[in-house]
Amino acid sequence: MSAADLVPTIGIEVHLHLKTRTKLFCGCTVEYDVRPNSRVCPVCLGMPGVLPVMNARAVELAVRMALALHCTIPDFAKWDRKHYYYPDLPKNYQISEYDQPLGVKGYLDIETSKGPRRIGITRVHLEEDAGKLMHAEGGGNFSIVDLNRTGTPLLEIVSEPDVHSAEEARVYTEALRQLAVYLGVGDCNMQLGQMRCEPNISLRLGDDAQGEPRYTPISEIKNLNSFRSVERAVTFEIARHREEYEADPAGYTLEKQGKSTRGWRDDEGISFLQRSKEEAHDYRYFPEPDLVPFVPDRRWVDEMRASVPELPEKRRRRFVTEYGLPEYDAGVLTAERTVADFYEAAAVATKDAKAASNWMMQDVMRVLNERKIGIADLPLKAEGLAELITLVKQGTINRNTGAEVFNKMLATGKAAGEIVKEEGLAQTSDSSAIEEIVNQVLAANARIAEDYKGGKKAAFGRLMGESMKASGGKANPQVVKAILARKLGG
Amino acid sequence: MAVTDLTACEIRNAIQERRLSAAEAAEGCLAAMARLDPKIRAFLSTDPDRARRRAAAIDRRLAAGETVGLLAGVPVAVKDNMCTADGQPTTCASRILAGWRAPYDAHVVERLTAEGAVILGKTNLDEFAMGSSTENSAYGATRNPWDLQRVPGGSSGGSAAAVASRMVPIAVGSDTGGSIRQPAALCGVVGMKPTYGRVSRYGLVAFASSLDQIGPFGRTVADAALVLQAIAGHDGRDSTSVPEPVPDYLASLEAPVQPLRIGVPREFFGKGLDAEVEKVVREALAVYERLGAALIPIELPHSTDYAIATYYIVATSEASSNLARYDGVHYGYRSADHADMIDMYMRTRAQGFGDEVKRRIMLGTYALSSGYYDAYYKKALAVRRLIRRDFEQAFRKVDCIMGPTSPTPAFRLGERTADPLAMYLSDVYTVSCNLAAIAGISLPCGFTAAGLPVGLQILTDVFTEDRLLRIARMYERETDWAQRAPRIAEATA
Repeated sequence: MSAADLVPTIGIEVHLHLKTRTKLFCGCTVEYDVRPNSRVCPVCLGMPGVLPVMNARAVELAVRMALALHCTIPDFAKWDRKHYYYPDLPKNYQISEYDQPLGVKGYLDIETSKGPRRIGITRVHLEEDAGKLMHAEGGGNFSIVDLNRTGTPLLEIVSEPDVHSAEEARVYTEALRQLAVYLGVGDCNMQLGQMRCEPNISLRLGDDAQGEPRYTPISEIKNLNSFRSVERAVTFEIARHREEYEADPAGYTLEKQGKSTRGWRDDEGISFLQRSKEEAHDYRYFPEPDLVPFVPDRRWVDEMRASVPELPEKRRRRFVTEYGLPEYDAGVLTAERTVADFYEAAAVATKDAKAASNWMMQDVMRVLNERKIGIADLPLKAEGLAELITLVKQGTINRNTGAEVFNKMLATGKAAGEIVKEEGLAQTSDSSAIEEIVNQVLAANARIAEDYKGGKKAAFGRLMGESMKASGGKANPQVVKAILARKLGG
Repeated sequence: MAVTDLTACEIRNAIQERRLSAAEAAEGCLAAMARLDPKIRAFLSTDPDRARRRAAAIDRRLAAGETVGLLAGVPVAVKDNMCTADGQPTTCASRILAGWRAPYDAHVVERLTAEGAVILGKTNLDEFAMGSSTENSAYGATRNPWDLQRVPGGSSGGSAAAVASRMVPIAVGSDTGGSIRQPAALCGVVGMKPTYGRVSRYGLVAFASSLDQIGPFGRTVADAALVLQAIAGHDGRDSTSVPEPVPDYLASLEAPVQPLRIGVPREFFGKGLDAEVEKVVREALAVYERLGAALIPIELPHSTDYAIATYYIVATSEASSNLARYDGVHYGYRSADHADMIDMYMRTRAQGFGDEVKRRIMLGTYALSSGYYDAYYKKALAVRRLIRRDFEQAFRKVDCIMGPTSPTPAFRLGERTADPLAMYLSDVYTVSCNLAAIAGISLPCGFTAAGLPVGLQILTDVFTEDRLLRIARMYERETDWAQRAPRIAEATA
């Protein structure tokens, strides 16, 4: 088989910090960029005699994410201790879930440049994060330990080896992030280490004599903290596996070399060996005796499942079909759950999905981008926007005045109707008043009117403009247009 | 009558009725400690000044007419594997915790303090509660008050000896496989292991998390009940602590359990049981019979031979994990000279732990290793379920189970230190209670010809401590063992 036919076979482990106020087993707050070792207590320091108490909110968020990934929530899940010695892990074991995790067998649908793909989810489990170790640069014979992060709730999501390209790896991890943010499960700020990706890469080599598939050795790339580096590292590894395989087709197999762990140097764009199979840990997992197993009430799980909001991908498709939005607009409006909720509330209240999306795309999103704020920080709620849209729809003000009112709403926090009333912005649709204005305009611009009657169609626009100007911008343009047409046509 | 001859209930009543001050109670005990402890070595640390301040504060509150707790002014000793934030060390009798001061109080210490008890000191134990003689202490063995050449039992040997020698009326200990009941038997006092989950383990330095349980020592059943009353109950900081209501143990204590069906397991009277111990225990059973109880032969087929094997896999596995944190990085002892981090880990643990602790860490590490887990740990859990079932079935037929607490009376110092297996068999009758998570008590039931105390073990089903105490009290009322004091304590009275 030629190296070009080798199929990249990639499973991805993603760790993300759950958005809880406190740590997984104690009352210390989860905070970033604070003084080292200032968010610690005997429990997260692993002092003698302390015991963990499970953070109920963390379990809830973990189950929510698992359900959003279409996982089964087993009737029994338990916590296990995973042992290894490292100074950033004060107990020298991590409380995790080994063989009975809280979520199993799910999937996530993603959109790639080659079309939709479904990535299987093997398992979702909850565990505690470790602290941080900073090694002295240049000759120092000590390291500094910061245990603020120790005990932060961490969700591990393990995919099936269903990812087959670097692009899929990137899109899958991006989609997981979007989902977690959308559900309020995590902030997933990668710079803060709130999300870490670890792809396991291998190339499928075709089948052996028994018809079983053969693979190149699996390499796991640790702690990738940007989507770009996920894509680059996977690209690099696929190429490296190809080269290694071409150089030694008989020896470079999973059977012979097993699994290795590699690091990624982003500046150089290369991976490097950290640990080979021979150095693999024996973690001596056993059930955590200090915690009771997780035996979820079925009704609670059903309620949780019912409370999982519509997911971004599904909502995007619905916005296209139900509201007739263009693909692009639907994508923008569903990227964040709060924006989608805002839009949908305005669309429902105005019974005009099209108008609502125009206002969202042209006015609301522009302001969010200009001010670099989230929609929750906008001094305007969906009901306020709906009122404004309705005023335009009903002809109380025209679209241009509407844009002005929108800005005034942001500046003053007042309701649209209030601004229109206070500033006398309501347009007039009183046809006798408008007819009078039109008569005056025609009298003053007789030559232009003659031009129009002589076939110069552009003259109509000038007469429209003059009439609107004479009304102080308040005349309903539709009424002006109708009266002008009648008079000039007659 | 000297304060040290009073029970905790008597001291408590005398203080509340202002016949005795908390200060007098503390001084009486501190004087006994100063006289006796150089010989018995029950205490690892004491803080007399702090104790005096605490006692004076209780007296002031009583003088001001304030309500005080259940144990107001009663002196108490605490096993040194429970955290105290009072500045006294918490050593677990191990070099590896040298220099460490707990930054927090254990739940039990909080409870005792809240009820007004005056903690006089921290008591000796086998290192990390691993042992049956208190000889595995990095700070030297405790002596049995009845014979200073003999061990007090263990691992709570310090607490048992302190109560037996009347230095303190009551103490708390921890029991993982018999570490309260066996020293209670060997020292001739009452020692109780409550149901797993009855008393919060928060602040008890873990040996084997699924087996450890804190319990009381006293010279009388009522004193044990009094301490249990103070420390039992749910604690949100221990997920395995059970939110069962805590009955009024003292109120019901004098009511006998009638009719009473006593299960007598064949397995508790088999090979290895000292003839004198058997004789004394059978006499105790006869006392119950005279009181109208029925002795019913029962079988606990998995609960002696298999129990020891199961216990030493479960307990050592959990210990190997619980003790992983003592690595010299964050607190406690760190080896002074080391080449690198791994070398630091190895030297720190090699120098910081004693032989028995190392032996158990190695056993547990082996049992949890990949490839051995199924054959050892998983198998042990399966046998543990069978042991629990033995007891569940037994408790359908009987109200309690009785037998000897320990197969032998107190043995000589050094007699078993060279033979770990012989030492492990000291716990042959006590470990199944921890594996089954049920309640157990040891109470004095007589002496050997050489004057060594013998303990009667009574076991009852989970969360039936009230019945257990009542059953024990039925026997105690018929006998006067609780009044006997070792000569060393009498001489000072």
